[in-house]
Amino acid sequence: MLSDMSPADIVGEFKQKTLDLYGGFRRLVLYTEVEWPYPDGKLIVSTTDKNGNITHVNQSFVDMSGYAEDELLGSPHSILRHPDMPPAAFKDLWDTVNRGEYWQGFVKNLRKDGGYYWVKATVIPNIRKGRVVSYTSVRRKPSRTKVAECIERYPTLF
Amino acid sequence: MAYQFTVSPDFSPDHISGWYIFNTWLQKQTSTAIHLEMYDSFLAQREAIRQGRVDLIYANPFDAATLVREQGFLPVARAVGSSDEAVLAVSAGNVLSRVEALLPGTKIAVTEDPDIRLIGMLLLEPADLHADNIEVIVNNTYVLVAKQVLQGRADVGVFLADAYDGLSSIIKSQLKVLVRSQINVIHHALMMGPQWPLQREAMASLLVQMGGDEKSMKILTSLGFLGWQKIDDEEMEFMIDLMDVLNT
Repeated sequence: MLSDMSPADIVGEFKQKTLDLYGGFRRLVLYTEVEWPYPDGKLIVSTTDKNGNITHVNQSFVDMSGYAEDELLGSPHSILRHPDMPPAAFKDLWDTVNRGEYWQGFVKNLRKDGGYYWVKATVIPNIRKGRVVSYTSVRRKPSRTKVAECIERYPTLF
Repeated sequence: MAYQFTVSPDFSPDHISGWYIFNTWLQKQTSTAIHLEMYDSFLAQREAIRQGRVDLIYANPFDAATLVREQGFLPVARAVGSSDEAVLAVSAGNVLSRVEALLPGTKIAVTEDPDIRLIGMLLLEPADLHADNIEVIVNNTYVLVAKQVLQGRADVGVFLADAYDGLSSIIKSQLKVLVRSQINVIHHALMMGPQWPLQREAMASLLVQMGGDEKSMKILTSLGFLGWQKIDDEEMEFMIDLMDVLNT
């Protein structure tokens, strides 16, 4: 369960929208037009349990999300869901990893302060002794060409 | 018959003697005959692994998946605090200052070091550069990579960060770093094969305690290590998964 975003955390003018998230719950998100550049040379890494709850984050994840580590651990990964991301992208993600395959795509993530950052994300099922035990997501710096394509295409997928 | 020990062929030339001294130390500590074979190419080393002619290896992370998941090797230890990072550098006079400004057709100088090449390709992605739209020039050493860039035969050099930092100040003054990776979780590892005679715990314990006396501390120094730290299965599995991700 995620609590609604708080205006006190937001930096700058914001819009708001209520999202229907995986797991059947809703969240009010507040978002701005402030983009944070992806840090050069770094990977953002997290692991979730099979239900999509965060069990591990690296420092780059903490830095870019704007949340403290203890706010992230145990939260659903959809804490980063930006309203500009089409739900179909995440359905495809879950359908793919539940088949035991890798998923890769370009994602606009929402920060705690309402800003956003684009990533190239790869999600893999962690298979131990033949069973999927968790999922790892690794994000890297995306090309601006690909981001521009997504900015054009994603609004058509709602 | 002696057990076979080998080291990833991307070892620094400065540390060759260190590995032979380490091998002598290991033989004494384990009362086991061990032959150290230093291969000059990853291809030759992989063939030896395939033929079962390797019992202990200080392995490149790129080969970890094959060793663990196909050959039954177990991770034992890694060098304390070290990780494999890459640097992309151009000549100091190059007007480019960002990776994103690189164009298709860029000439990239690399070595055969597989994990650094992989990280290098990752660092080129923001410029939409990939194997199909760049020209790769393979070199035997990182000094030769630098030479290719300085002599204008390559636009960008891909370096192991430690090797870049170890270049002479004269060479470095003629180069400019575009980006340096900060991945932190990709590293070489000492791994034991199914035939290795010692128990994994005993082997890890022996290595972790290395450096407790002056003699073994000197050996670590000759390897360029601060010490050894144990690796557990999950840490290795995570690194293998990560390498798989970077390969996609």
